[in-house]
Amino acid sequence: MKAALSAIAVLLVLVAIWQALDLALGLPAYILPSPAETWRAGMAQGGFILDNALITLGEMALGFLAGSLLGIVAALTMAAATPVRLVLRPVLVASQAIPVFALAPLFVVWMGYGLAPKIAITALVIFFPVAIAFADGLRRTPPALLEAAHVMAGRGWRARWRTLRHVALPAALPALATGLRLGAGVAAIAAVIGEWAGASSGLGYLMLWANARSQVPLMFAALIALFVLAIAFSALIDILSRRLTPWIAETD
Amino acid sequence: MGAFAAPALSLSGITVRYRGAALFDGLDFAASGAGLTALLGTSGVGKSTLLRIAAGLVAPQTGRVEAAAPISLMAQDDALAPWADAVANVTLGACLRGEAADPARARRLLNAVGLGDLPGLPATWSGGMRKRVALARLLYEDRPIALLDEPFSALDALTRADIHALAARLLEGRLALLVTHDPLEALALADRIVVLSGAPAKIALDEAPPLRAHAALRDALDPGLRRLHARILLALERAP
Repeated sequence: MKAALSAIAVLLVLVAIWQALDLALGLPAYILPSPAETWRAGMAQGGFILDNALITLGEMALGFLAGSLLGIVAALTMAAATPVRLVLRPVLVASQAIPVFALAPLFVVWMGYGLAPKIAITALVIFFPVAIAFADGLRRTPPALLEAAHVMAGRGWRARWRTLRHVALPAALPALATGLRLGAGVAAIAAVIGEWAGASSGLGYLMLWANARSQVPLMFAALIALFVLAIAFSALIDILSRRLTPWIAETD
Repeated sequence: MGAFAAPALSLSGITVRYRGAALFDGLDFAASGAGLTALLGTSGVGKSTLLRIAAGLVAPQTGRVEAAAPISLMAQDDALAPWADAVANVTLGACLRGEAADPARARRLLNAVGLGDLPGLPATWSGGMRKRVALARLLYEDRPIALLDEPFSALDALTRADIHALAARLLEGRLALLVTHDPLEALALADRIVVLSGAPAKIALDEAPPLRAHAALRDALDPGLRRLHARILLALERAP
C-alpha cells in the first residue's frame, strides 16, 4: 500500500515536470506534446492502442514463459550433471555479451513477421538471467545444510538426486525468483526490439507507425502504454515469484 | 538399533595437511559401545575436522575410517531447512532416503525435546528452539553413532546447560562423540574425555571422569573432578 502510494506520488511529480517543461519551452505538439495532448491522443485511439498493447503483452508473456522454462531446465541440467555445467556455463556467460539488437533482424529473417520471432527474442533475453541466477542458486546451498543432507541421504546417485530435489532445489528458489524478476523487467524491452526489427502489430510497431506519420502525441501515448504494461508485468511476476519463497520474510 | 549391538567408530593413521601444515599426522582414535565421548581442544586444533572425517564428509589424505554402524551428525550450524516447518525438518532425512516420513514420531520427538507443537518456520524460532528441532532430527535419524560438533556453542549459558542435559539423556545408549572447547561441558556430560592439542594434533589426555559427572557437577567441590579439570586445562595449553 505504502509502495503503491509512493509510486503514484512519483508519477504525479513526473507528469508535473513534463507539464512544466512543456510550458517553459513552448514546443509544438509534434516535438513535445503536453500531458493533455497525449491524453487526448490516447483516448481518441484507445482501442487501437489497447489492441496493440495486448499483442505486445502476449509476446512478453509467451516469451517469458518459454525463456524461463528453458532457463530452469538448463540450470537443473547443469546442477545434475557436472560435465554439462562445465561445457554450458561458459557458453551461457559468453553468449550474454551478444547484443540482442544485432540478432533481432536475423530472427525476423528466419521466422517471418509474425509472433514467433518476438517470442524467440524475448525468450532468449529472459533465458540468461533465469538460467544463471537459478544455476548459481543451485550451487550455493548453505554448506551446513548440504553436509547434513549428505550424512542423512547416504551414498549413490539416488541419494544425490534426492538431495538436489529436497534440499538444493528449494534452497535455490530465492535465486530463481530473483532471476524471474530480472527477466520480467526486460521482457517489454525484448518484445519491442523484436517488433522494431519487423512487425505489423504491437506497441513497438505502433510507435514506429505514429512516428512515420508525425503523430507524436500518439507515439507518447503508446510509450506510456508500454511503460504501464512493463510495470504491471513486472509487478505480476514479482507477486508470483514471492509465492515461490513464502519463507523469505519481507523487510521493508 | 538392535542390529548394531556394539556401535564402534575407529579412525586410524589419519593424516591431513592443510596448506602445507599438518593438522593430523597419523592420528589414531577409537570409541566403542554406548557412551558419550567429549573431544576437547582449542580453536583450530582440528577437532571439527576430525568429526567431519568420521562423518565421511572430509577424506583424509591417508588413514582409515571405520564406522561399524550408521551415523548421524549435528553440526555447529543447526542446518535447518528454512522453507520447512518443524515436522518437515525433523523428517527431512526420510525424504532424502526416499522413505515414508513418520510425522507422528516426529511430533513425539519434538515433544521429547520440549517443544510440543511448534508452529511457523525456522526464521521465527529462537536459537534454542532451532537447536531443539535439530536435536529432534538427530533422534529421528535414530543412528547408533551420533556425532555432535559444538552444536550448542552459540547458545547462552543457561539454555546451553538445559539442552546439554536433555541431549545427554536422549542420546543415552548410543555412541556419541561431542566436540567442544569447554572443559566444564565435557565434565558435565562425558563418560570419556579426549583432549587434542598441538600441531599436528595429538591426543594429550584420554580419561574417564571418576564418576558420572551429571550429578557430581552440582557438587563442584568434588576433589577428583577439580583435579581432572585442572589437568584438562593444562593439556589444552600444552605447547606443541
